[in-house]
Amino acid sequence: MSEPVLKIEGVSKRFGSALANDDISLALFKGEIVALLGENGAGKTTLMSILFGHYVPDAGRILVDGIELPHGKPRAAIRAGVGMVHQHFSLAPNLTVLENVMAGTERLWSMRSRTGAARKKLLAIAERFGLKVDPDARLGDLSVGEQQRVEILKALYNDARILILDEPTAVLTQIEAGRLFATVKEMAAQGLSLIFISHKLDEVMAAADRIVVLRGGKVVAERLAFETNKAELAELIVGCRVTRPMREGGAPGEIALEAREVTVKVGGVERLKQINFRLRAGEILAVIGVSGNGQAALGQLFSGTLAHASGELLLFGEPMGSPNVAEIIAAGLGRIPEDRSRDGAIGEMAIWENAVLERLSSYSKRGLVDRKAGIAFAQKIIEAFDVRGGAPTSRARLLSGGNMQKLVLGRNLYERPRILIAAQPARGLDEGAVAAVHGRILQARRQGTAVLLISEDLDEVVALADRVQAIVGGRLSAPIDAVDANARLLGLMMAGEWNSERRPGHAV
Amino acid sequence: MNLLVDIVGSAGLWAAVLRIATPLIFGTLGALLCERAGVLNLGIEGIMTFGAMIGWLSVYHGTDLWTGLLIAALAGGVFGLLHSVLTVTLGLSQHVSGLGMTLFASSFSYYVFRLIVPVAGTPPTVTPFQPIAIPGLSTVPFVGPAFFSETPPTYLAIMIALVIAYIVFRTPIGLAIRMTGENPHAAEAQGIDPIRVRYGAVIVGSALMGMGGAFLTLSAFNSFFPTMVQGRGWICIALVVFASWRPGRALFGALLFAFFDAFQLRLQTAVQGVPYQTFLMTPYILSIIALAIMSRRARVPQALMQPYRLGER
Amino acid sequence: MRFERREDRPLYLMILTPLLAVVAALAIAGILIAIAGASAFEAYWRILVGAFGSRLSSTETLTRATPLILTGLAAAVAFRARLWNIGAEGQFYFGAIAVAAFGSNMLADLPAPALIPLLLIIGAIAGMVLIVIPIWLRLRFSVDEVVTSLILNFVAVLFVSMLIDGVLKDPSAFGWPQSQAVVDHAMLPKLIARTRLHIGFPIAIALAAIISFIHSRTVFGMQSRAAGLSPSGAVFAGVQLGPTLVKVACLSGGLAGLAGAIEVLGVKGYVTTDLSPGFGYDGIVVAMLANLNPLGVVLAAIFTAMMFVGADGMSRSLGIPSYIANVTVALSLLTMLVALFFTQYRLRR
Repeated sequence: MSEPVLKIEGVSKRFGSALANDDISLALFKGEIVALLGENGAGKTTLMSILFGHYVPDAGRILVDGIELPHGKPRAAIRAGVGMVHQHFSLAPNLTVLENVMAGTERLWSMRSRTGAARKKLLAIAERFGLKVDPDARLGDLSVGEQQRVEILKALYNDARILILDEPTAVLTQIEAGRLFATVKEMAAQGLSLIFISHKLDEVMAAADRIVVLRGGKVVAERLAFETNKAELAELIVGCRVTRPMREGGAPGEIALEAREVTVKVGGVERLKQINFRLRAGEILAVIGVSGNGQAALGQLFSGTLAHASGELLLFGEPMGSPNVAEIIAAGLGRIPEDRSRDGAIGEMAIWENAVLERLSSYSKRGLVDRKAGIAFAQKIIEAFDVRGGAPTSRARLLSGGNMQKLVLGRNLYERPRILIAAQPARGLDEGAVAAVHGRILQARRQGTAVLLISEDLDEVVALADRVQAIVGGRLSAPIDAVDANARLLGLMMAGEWNSERRPGHAV
Repeated sequence: MNLLVDIVGSAGLWAAVLRIATPLIFGTLGALLCERAGVLNLGIEGIMTFGAMIGWLSVYHGTDLWTGLLIAALAGGVFGLLHSVLTVTLGLSQHVSGLGMTLFASSFSYYVFRLIVPVAGTPPTVTPFQPIAIPGLSTVPFVGPAFFSETPPTYLAIMIALVIAYIVFRTPIGLAIRMTGENPHAAEAQGIDPIRVRYGAVIVGSALMGMGGAFLTLSAFNSFFPTMVQGRGWICIALVVFASWRPGRALFGALLFAFFDAFQLRLQTAVQGVPYQTFLMTPYILSIIALAIMSRRARVPQALMQPYRLGER
Repeated sequence: MRFERREDRPLYLMILTPLLAVVAALAIAGILIAIAGASAFEAYWRILVGAFGSRLSSTETLTRATPLILTGLAAAVAFRARLWNIGAEGQFYFGAIAVAAFGSNMLADLPAPALIPLLLIIGAIAGMVLIVIPIWLRLRFSVDEVVTSLILNFVAVLFVSMLIDGVLKDPSAFGWPQSQAVVDHAMLPKLIARTRLHIGFPIAIALAAIISFIHSRTVFGMQSRAAGLSPSGAVFAGVQLGPTLVKVACLSGGLAGLAGAIEVLGVKGYVTTDLSPGFGYDGIVVAMLANLNPLGVVLAAIFTAMMFVGADGMSRSLGIPSYIANVTVALSLLTMLVALFFTQYRLRR
């Protein structure tokens, strides 16, 4: 066995009271593809960020080709041949592809940027790895897949020999993901060593040579890909057989929410194109898709900020018009926003204020806020929904992601809404919180709430949904029943491959 | 109509345009540099005031004019350093820090001035920059006295505009500044230190602002009096938006604005019956209109006014 | 060395912060006084004595504090909703000139109990009229209201100057141009006889209490606070940003206009172009020192007034330029910002 190109020895990192990385050691050999597997919060991104120099570890060292890497300096990591493709791209949308790649690569004080030579080098690398790109395109105009290509090219341009990919397929369609992993295998064949972070078992089994499982900040297992299977990995990730709640049989009731050929425009661009769906009381209708296909607009339809340009939206049979949020809530609609920290709660306000802010008409008298009632309501939510981390009067930002989501769920579900619009409800949560959230959504379904679940998580949809529609490029597929839904079919639907015999509108 | 032709046809108008534009060019370029790196520097009004005072003061005490300009630039740089500490290292509100800086720099300049020059009938003066004759060009009829009879700082301002345009778009440091202003995390991921880049851009930009202020006391006028900057700093901030954060357009915008200002001044004496305040208002109103037109279209540096904290992704 | 966010925010720290900020500002300004050749302690002592040493001087200080309370409230109300109203100076002048216009001729026949409240309302409305421009530009054209409200200050003063030179000119005044004076019975009654302290002072304090109530107990107060803390979170919760901002702007502009109206009706009765020595800008400092708390604004305004009133006397006896008061006030804004930062973050090795 040759010497590893990368050795991580005893790295630990603490954030406040949370121990993100606990004495982690890991080796990477030349030409290897290693997958770093674990659930949200297991410490994967933290570890890789330390490797690349974004964070300074509290203990431990990193050796590249036997030489120790100084802590906390991305420049040193780049010079040592480490490159990182971030989950949230490190790119500037207003600059061109070439400018994004060139930034920081030349001596800072040289008198002239050598764009000609840079362009040649970029195109040569793109050619070598089969990543097509237009150097003069404005980055913000490119598709997500193309932007990721630029991220990868940036690393290769800096002569990376060790490449880190953080959740690379989070924003890609199945086809794009396939292309990416073909590129990854090509890079490994050409002598690069790669680590990719993922929580998707299929991907990890297909693409990796070796799998390292992180749990609670520690390395709990290492397996060679051909020696293991998904079930074993799933158990290793979670540590015990935690089963997520699954729905039982149900009997859907009346049509609560219906969309007929609804088109939505944002800034002149059509984000939803003639969509159709029917949501019944007591059922969960899932809309599944890779992010960026119109889910945001779909969620915003019910947040009072977006009106539909054409088509009909019917609430219990009555046309909806364009109500504001107060009216939407008064009509019995609850909403779980996609971006919890930005939209779901205001960190600097108290928990009770966050509980009542969207329903102030019920918690105020003649323009004065009823503080006592508000605090009481918050207390009830805290108890009923097991929100831990603060009293009604403490600030919301002290809550963890999972507890904040429980608060958001609680304020909506406590009053037994007739309809719940839940966008990515389990995003970024650890397994325990996911189970709690899914349990609440299923409970709402049992109690007769009509749930529209907007999700990009296959497992979540398979577990919860009664019917599934896919959203691609602003269009909705016809719905399929849960019995027919499996991972393969859903994957195809997410890529836009709808059964052409089923016309949209058929059996809605 | 005849009036318009008379005004536009006088070489004196165009000479005034260049003269009025000079502090605006310095100030706008300075603010542009700061904002390209992601920092809004609302201290500009105060820094220009202090630059005006300290430049004048040093010449009053016997230094030559160029040294006075240099000292004003250095003073501006020091205020830039202070602004950087507050907004870049501590990440305080760029709006409030900048306003505080303006209040501090202005009142500090009045304090120092009053300390050294006690109240008198007329404020003391220095000998300002004299217009220089450019061999050959200054003697060309109309064009000569119109464009080529300015004081040295004016030519310096125009040269600096061209140099900064080159630096921002064609050098690695310019790319680093732009990257920092668009996405400091991306800059960091490429090995650029966004903190250092922001400090550098703000200090250099503030130095330019200081020089712009000194032009007022060392070239345009020859003495210092409180409130002499008269909101020029704020107009520069508006001009940066109007110029869409591009140095070439900033130069054009400053000249265009100066044209309207010079025009309005001449109109005052020519047109009877209209209160002079109406004319004086037009430059301010124009800059607001320019903002209204350009605010939505201009491509603002995406990370402008967002503090960058290491490790907080 | 880096900064780490604090988990808790102990109450003692919140009260200590403005005090520390003021002490730091005094210390730095003290260095400037020392450079000028005087003793900082003596200078500050004289400022204190100059401001509160006698009954008369105390009333002067409180008189000076009155417009500062109102412009401070104007800034606090706006900043809390993340509306950067820097145009209080112009709005002040608008309120002042509106009162001079209506109070000298047009409404002069009304009896005092009707005239005075009416004039105050007119002053507030005049302030609102001016702030409409930056807020409209923000909502309609996405223009940052900082620069527009700032630039409008200059326009407003020029406009007032134009009126004073023209329509509202006082023909009997010699030399320095001033507006016509309001009729005698439009002037605010004195709070203490034979001083300049007028009922504008308790009115300002009452307004501070009302604003405090609005902020902490009303729906509008909660929604405007949400809009300032997190526009996206507020929008999601149904706060209508546009109308909320307009209401906040009207409240802010109205307070600043009222400041001008009260200053005219309380002190001199006419308007000059130097009526405000920077009340609008100092109001921002007052608001920040009070950490945007309306009741704190009263204290901060009195402190600021103390510096200005006391500095005049100190300047005469020690020869230190009275601008030192402006320097100290400006410094305390910066030190307050830094102090606030350290309530949120601590230094870690």
